[in-house]
Amino acid sequence: MGRTLAQKVWDDHVVRRAEGEPDLLYIDLHLVHEVTSPQAFDGLRATGRPVRRPDLTLATEDHNVPTTDIDKPIADPVSKAQVDALRRNCEEFGVPVFSLGSREQGIVHVVGPQLGLTQPGMTVVCGDSHTSTHGAFGALAFGIGTSEVEHVLATQTLPLKPFKTMAITVDGDLPAGVTAKDVILAVIAEIGTGGGQGYVLEYRGSAIRGLSMEGRMTICNMSIEAGARAGLVAPDETTFAYLKGRDHAPAGTEWEAAVEYWSSLRTDEDAEFDAEVVIDASALSPFVTWGTNPGQGLPLSASVPSPDDAADEVDRIAIERALEYMDLAPGTPLREIAVDTVFVGSCTNGRIEDLRAAAEVMRGRRVADGVRMLVVPGSVRVRLQAMDEGLDTVFTEAGAEWREAGCSMCLAMNPDKLAPGERSASTSNRNFEGRQGPGGRTHLVSPQVAAATAVTGRLSAPADLAPVA
Amino acid sequence: MDSFIVHTGTAVPLRRSNVDTDQIIPAEYLKRITRHGFEDGLFSAWRRDPAFVLNDPAYAGASVLVAGPDFGTGSSREHAVWALQDYGFRVVISSRFADIFRGNSGKGGLLTAQVPQDVIERLWAVIEADPAAEVTVDLEKRQVSAGEVVAAFDVDDYVRWRLMEGLDDIGITLQYVDAIADFEENRPSWKPTTAS
Repeated sequence: MGRTLAQKVWDDHVVRRAEGEPDLLYIDLHLVHEVTSPQAFDGLRATGRPVRRPDLTLATEDHNVPTTDIDKPIADPVSKAQVDALRRNCEEFGVPVFSLGSREQGIVHVVGPQLGLTQPGMTVVCGDSHTSTHGAFGALAFGIGTSEVEHVLATQTLPLKPFKTMAITVDGDLPAGVTAKDVILAVIAEIGTGGGQGYVLEYRGSAIRGLSMEGRMTICNMSIEAGARAGLVAPDETTFAYLKGRDHAPAGTEWEAAVEYWSSLRTDEDAEFDAEVVIDASALSPFVTWGTNPGQGLPLSASVPSPDDAADEVDRIAIERALEYMDLAPGTPLREIAVDTVFVGSCTNGRIEDLRAAAEVMRGRRVADGVRMLVVPGSVRVRLQAMDEGLDTVFTEAGAEWREAGCSMCLAMNPDKLAPGERSASTSNRNFEGRQGPGGRTHLVSPQVAAATAVTGRLSAPADLAPVA
Repeated sequence: MDSFIVHTGTAVPLRRSNVDTDQIIPAEYLKRITRHGFEDGLFSAWRRDPAFVLNDPAYAGASVLVAGPDFGTGSSREHAVWALQDYGFRVVISSRFADIFRGNSGKGGLLTAQVPQDVIERLWAVIEADPAAEVTVDLEKRQVSAGEVVAAFDVDDYVRWRLMEGLDDIGITLQYVDAIADFEENRPSWKPTTAS
């Protein structure tokens, strides 16, 4: 019987297989950041173990770093201590690190792809659940905990039990104004936050084929929000065109050899998935979340649901609790929800196409009175490219704040936070209670919806806006 | 790592689903670079509510947490496991766990016992009726019992073996260092390195 894409990548990385034990898988690329690594490096020191392959390891500073005044020392002493610890650890163990102020610094999942380090058929791990992003290249990429970070540092392998596979087929044409973010929010609403648990998702179908690499990254990024550790898309000409010429992409005859191998990385016709979900692209519309987990999403044209709509008792309690936390009344049209803050950025939507899309909506318009809009590029390279294109001016002339690169308000480890009770429209990936600051309330949206919301002050799509005079 | 065979202790009913790791320990506490001392961060936002179950003195000293489905979703932070352990929990029982959280728990020695939701409901009934009721989690028999409730729980075979033996994963893998070196010999030359 044929194999799925995920199975092929898995099989090509098995170092050791034994009955009754997990497979030992080789890891091609280990990305590291300051938050989930210090205890792992401590573990190496305690046992006298070196990093086996520093040349397959790369660190960047992203979660804690400020997005203003980056030429000054980090003001928060605890954040500074953590960033300093990463620099010391990388120095001691010989791991390359992109520090704040470097042209290569940025969010770990933006940095890998833009350098061409993420390639089809690779295994990629990082102590960060959004490592699933790299699956857009047809890589098997997933988040790991700190014990596993230490394991990979010491051995360049991980013992893993095979995943089940699920096909998510999105066929048809996406209507105008519907983006990759809307697709993945609709997928999560369909299968739930636990629906992908135990699976690797493979996104297929004409709507996925039609997406750019950046759109595919947005989709794979949020696989974890459906409970799946990894999600991937088979590599194709779009993938190869993105990679060609990047810093770490193969060149010359090696490029030819790589493309030949990459072209074999697709699910065989006779392969069987353990589960399949089909989504009609033409029926999708801009999607937003109303609750406190990413599965609690609806089309923007809908209204806040009622606990009475719940499928069961567990769901009823979850809806009640979410409505209380979000301070929303059942039946309220989503378009009437007013926000205080708009955040454009994160490993989900902080790449150049996302900034272009948001800027296109903002051009010639103003951020509504009383609304704060933060635009945080995913990396320094993205920031510089946006400035080359004049996008920074579009944002600042509209009244938005143009910031330095980092994770920022996606998880509020740096000073960019919501105040208690504040409400945001955010292009990030998690609307958990307090995720963007204690007591803060988050609605997940696409960059286009974020920008339109900034203009009106209420959840809106670009189609809701009056034409620019 | 200490080995885990059987654990008996009192239990806390956490009547919530989708308990994500941001709730278990908020990002603010992740700035620490130590491996211990995260008990103050455990459910810190919820603990500000006097009515939250962990603030009920009747459940002080409990070592088993009984939660609704989809426990541990979201961020990969292993700090969530450390915070639960530092607070005194040895076992979490839920009807479904998120993959990364469950993996992290196995590495750190926190047992995640999965049972059907109706067993969760029955356990909640027992420990809410009598907060001093003891819950026994027997890893060897894969069985949880409390009052009249006796139920099998699901745990991965290999994780169970490791927990019972108290083994260090890295030590196990390093026995196969020759196989790793052989694999490296045969990797295609065009695979990228991070060296500049």
